[in-house]
Amino acid sequence: MNPELGQVALILALLLSGLQCALPIIGAWRGSKPLMATARSLAIGQFVFVALAFGILMWSFWTNDFSVAYVAQNSNLSLPWFYKLSAVWGAHEGSLLLWMLILNGWTLALVVFGGRLPEAFFSRVIGVLGFVAFGFLLYMITTSNPFLRQFPIPANGADLNPVLQDPGLVFHPPTLYMGYVGFSVAFAFAIASLLGGELKSTWVRWARPWTNVAWGFLTLGIVAGSAWAYYELGWGGWWFWDPVENASFMPWLIGAALIHAQAITDKRDGLRAWTLLLSIFGFAFSLLGTFLVRSGLLTSVHAFAFAPARGIFILVYLAVVVGGSLLLYALRAPKVTGGKSFALASRETLMVIGNLMLTVACAMVLLGTLYPLVGEALDIGRISVGPPYFGPLFLILMTPLVLALPFGPLSRWGKADLKVWRNALIRIVALAVAAGIIGFIFGARGWYQLLGVTAAVWVMAGVVLFAIKRWREAPRGKRYPFEMLGMMLAHFGIGVFIAGAILTTSMSVEQDVSMKPGASVDVGAYAFRFGGVTETQGPNYHAQQGTVVITRNGKPVVTLHPQKRTYVGGQVQTEAAIEAGVFRDLYVSLGDAIGDGAWSLRVYDKPFVRWIWGGGVLMMLGGFAVILDKRFRLKRAVEPETVRAKPEPQVPRKLAEGEA
Amino acid sequence: MNPVRKRRLIVTLLILGAVAVATALSVFALQRNMTYLYSPSEVDAGKAPAGHPFRLGGIVKEGSVHRVPGSLTTDFVITDRFQDIPVTYTGILPDLFRVGQSTITTGSMKHGRFVATQVLAKHDSTYMPPQVAQAIAKAKEEHRIPADAGHGGSQ
Repeated sequence: MNPELGQVALILALLLSGLQCALPIIGAWRGSKPLMATARSLAIGQFVFVALAFGILMWSFWTNDFSVAYVAQNSNLSLPWFYKLSAVWGAHEGSLLLWMLILNGWTLALVVFGGRLPEAFFSRVIGVLGFVAFGFLLYMITTSNPFLRQFPIPANGADLNPVLQDPGLVFHPPTLYMGYVGFSVAFAFAIASLLGGELKSTWVRWARPWTNVAWGFLTLGIVAGSAWAYYELGWGGWWFWDPVENASFMPWLIGAALIHAQAITDKRDGLRAWTLLLSIFGFAFSLLGTFLVRSGLLTSVHAFAFAPARGIFILVYLAVVVGGSLLLYALRAPKVTGGKSFALASRETLMVIGNLMLTVACAMVLLGTLYPLVGEALDIGRISVGPPYFGPLFLILMTPLVLALPFGPLSRWGKADLKVWRNALIRIVALAVAAGIIGFIFGARGWYQLLGVTAAVWVMAGVVLFAIKRWREAPRGKRYPFEMLGMMLAHFGIGVFIAGAILTTSMSVEQDVSMKPGASVDVGAYAFRFGGVTETQGPNYHAQQGTVVITRNGKPVVTLHPQKRTYVGGQVQTEAAIEAGVFRDLYVSLGDAIGDGAWSLRVYDKPFVRWIWGGGVLMMLGGFAVILDKRFRLKRAVEPETVRAKPEPQVPRKLAEGEA
Repeated sequence: MNPVRKRRLIVTLLILGAVAVATALSVFALQRNMTYLYSPSEVDAGKAPAGHPFRLGGIVKEGSVHRVPGSLTTDFVITDRFQDIPVTYTGILPDLFRVGQSTITTGSMKHGRFVATQVLAKHDSTYMPPQVAQAIAKAKEEHRIPADAGHGGSQ
């Protein structure tokens, strides 16, 4: 298929997005039904054209059309087919196209499942999403066109960056973008209610499943990225406080805060202004994240060459979206705020503390991430801010949150019973201390390890106590509604994560060694014996493959084969070999031949490292579980008349099944 | 003061307090944990802090990489084409570490050598970190002036 068709499809999508921004919003303003009715068809039309463009780019990769510059730069005849297809989002232009496709996907989901919203409100929501799409499409067409041709046509492509030739590429960017872009829905809801000048708590309730799903995807994306860096970058770390990791972490923090703020606004009608503000910031940080990664402004593992035109467009676009939203907020927020008040000792207070810590942590990360840019602009010098800044500060900021976390679910809305807190406190402290002692007996030494075990059990004990409480107090069948289940899963996941993060950090044994074939080295309780290096061949690389036999007390555990690959393009890539386990990973990565038959090797024993991602997966499941809740379904049956004045000719939407 | 106002005042004060503490901590932590990047010319001119870790960016000089036999220690030279700084690193070098390509190392000066604790090379082999590119451009700029004035010997 012709790449120019893709270009035309993008331009048509741009025109449609312009209309999608203008017509429904004018319609809602003027009260014009025909104009508002355009929202659906425009959104569907835009989706069709962007999907067409995406399909054409995929086809160009599939058919090795190296006349397309983007394909020639990121593919190769010998590249396996699944990497050819995922190479579509392997670099700047294509990943923007993926971003667009996902934005249109979310918009389409809104069109399909959002039909019960009041017409004017729905039109404004679609209009706001149209505005976001317009900016992105304009950016793509003017500065980052993936369909650019090049002549003469090269006989073969330059090959996909070897780091990206990994299953991680198939999952990490799409899930991360699902998360980033998913926050656009909450953002559109906030802007639409500000434009309309009213905020009903039912609409916040309706936005909640979308926020939860987006946050779930973002969690998954970050987990996938962390795991990928762990085995692919070859030094076995799981989080580096790299600017680009921070870029995805900031919307995650705000998203976590937003989920709780929305719950308060939904159930107690409080914190409206705060919920609106977080909705705006959640998406603003998603945009910032996308652009920090894509612009190459920051030195990081994701950095690409920097083009000034792109940077300026980005700055202007960010200023318009964020500045415009905040201006609107300043003008309109006083109209929509209000709600029930609450006592100092209440679930709300605890959730506000959590919100505060999450947003302050986000501000801290933002400061550290952007400081080098500011420093450079002010000519202070070329600065980098690393883990010594982020790590301790994050720990300090999260401590109050972790301490308060078990008590949130256990206390009541409005005004908590202090006796309940006291009883819970006694039990949780008892359990956490017991866990610390058990940990000590099992060989945990050092205050950091003991603290980790205690903190993890502190959080988990809170969840278990809550589960028991519900079991005793709630009638059968109503004990654990999905919303509550989601909360319990996510909170438990935090406990698992804390255990994993702290135990891995404090118990890992890491060694760089030089070994001749037959030599052996002890790491922790394991002996690693090096069996030499052989040559081997892959589809588009040849590799030097080491053999390492791992034994424990003389008994064989596993034989690992780390590789050092040289791809057809000449790039070298280390592939670590990992024996994964629930309680520990054994990790071997091959360095260089250092003469005399000896090789440098990196050998790790990493206990509990899987718990980090396991905790993340539990949090993700928590986010997804919430949308199954009847609460977000029942509303339709309860108040259809107030929601929609006139019955639609269309079949009533099956929101519940769709969201499931 | 009525109870609602009083509560609001308490909440506001708490928030302000938290923000103040967070800001103070952040600024303190930032000041202690910033590492500056210098080019070999800047290090040679004595601009780098003595006894304090910093980052040294430049190009790995051709023909300068030597392994100490039987160990993980590698000696090489980082250059900005005007000044050279000898570097020692013990450990496994990244895949993209190659002569003639840009790199950023973290460490500190000891007896005229830069002892690196970390060596970074970027994943895109044609890519030069903007900071290194700037450092080299700056070095060029600074050296052109003495060269024009007849002190070409420094090159």
